[in-house]
Formats: sequence, C-alpha cells, structure tokens
Amino acid sequence: MGKPTKVTNEIRRLRFEHGEMTQADLAQRIGVTRQTIIAIEQGRYSPSLEMAFEIAEAFDVALIDVFKFASSEGANA
Amino acid sequence: MSSAEKGTWLYLIVNALTYVAYLAIVLGRSGTTPLVEVDYVPVMLGAIGAAVGLTIVGRIAIEIAGPRETHRPDVRDREIDHFGEYVGGVTLAVGMVLPFGLTLAEFDHFWIGNAIYLVFSTYAFIGSAIKLVAYRRGI
Repeated sequence: MGKPTKVTNEIRRLRFEHGEMTQADLAQRIGVTRQTIIAIEQGRYSPSLEMAFEIAEAFDVALIDVFKFASSEGANA
Repeated sequence: MSSAEKGTWLYLIVNALTYVAYLAIVLGRSGTTPLVEVDYVPVMLGAIGAAVGLTIVGRIAIEIAGPRETHRPDVRDREIDHFGEYVGGVTLAVGMVLPFGLTLAEFDHFWIGNAIYLVFSTYAFIGSAIKLVAYRRGI
C-alpha cells in the first residue's frame, strides 16, 4: 500500500498544451472528481483502461502519448 | 478533498468519539460498584443512536457545504471504499472470535455486549483509517 504506480503520465503537460485546461475541466469531461485527476497526475492512482482511453480522447491523442509503463520505457527507447 | 473522503473522516471521528464517550460514562458510573452491575444498555444504545444521528446530520452538512463538488462517488472512491471495507471486514470477522468465546464461556452479558461493541467500533475505525490512508497514498 502506498507504493507509487509504475504507470507514468503526461496529463499535466497535456492540460497546459490544451489551453491550460484545469483539473476540474478534465474531471468533468471524464466524469470523475478533481481529486481523482490529482491522484492520477501524482502517480497515486492507476486509472482503469476505460478511463485511460477517456483521458486520451479528451486531449485527442493516442493512449501511449498520455500513459507509459515505467518498466517498458527502456525497451521502447 | 472529495465528498466521499470527507464522509469517511466524519464516520471515523463520530464513531471514535461516541465510543470513547460511552466508555467514559460507563467507567464513570462504576465508581465503587462492580463494573458488570452498571446499567450499560441505555448508554450503549444512546451512543450507537448518537453515532448514527451525527453521521447522518454531518453527511447532510457536508453535501450542503460543498455544493460545487462532485457529490456522487466516482470509480476511485468506490475502489477505495471496497478496499477499506474488505480490510475492515477481516478485522470484524477475526474480532468476533472474542464475543463468541465469551459467550461459550458463559461470561456475563455485560462483557459479551461490550466485546461486540468494541469489535464493531474497531472495525469502523480500521476500515475508515485504511480508506483515508488509501486516499492520501494510493491503494
């Protein structure tokens, strides 16, 4: 418990690149609380696959552009 | 802080306070008389009733005080709730061995009733505490 997730994300950067979208705006788009967006951004919560796709769709990018699995970063480089 | 997390804090605090108040009243009434002769039933029912009432009133206050928040729990709230209830449930299942043993050993109703109340209070405290840790540090 309390172990950081291995899934890293670019949500914070993508929010700023999309008109400085607020956490509340993103939360409203995908139907979760702002606290859940904060937890995902800080790596304290791994979203479900469905939620991950919804986040990617909110930014109009591919899933891999939002989320990366830490142990696969070296393999993909 | 989400509405669900505030509700968890409320549940933890109300249950802890009412249980401590119950203990203080019962121990205070014992004085020179033996503990098992204290009329604990009205106090226990009052403490349980107060816990239920305060939780309901507090929950309504939380909903009124934060109208802009998303009041409906989302998927993360539900996952944390399930996790906390699972750990709390294990505590409850293991803890119930105590009143069961007291019953088999034919202890006074005072001890059996208090053991059950203690186990339920512990279940509520641990389950809520686990949820709050999960909210802060992740599951």
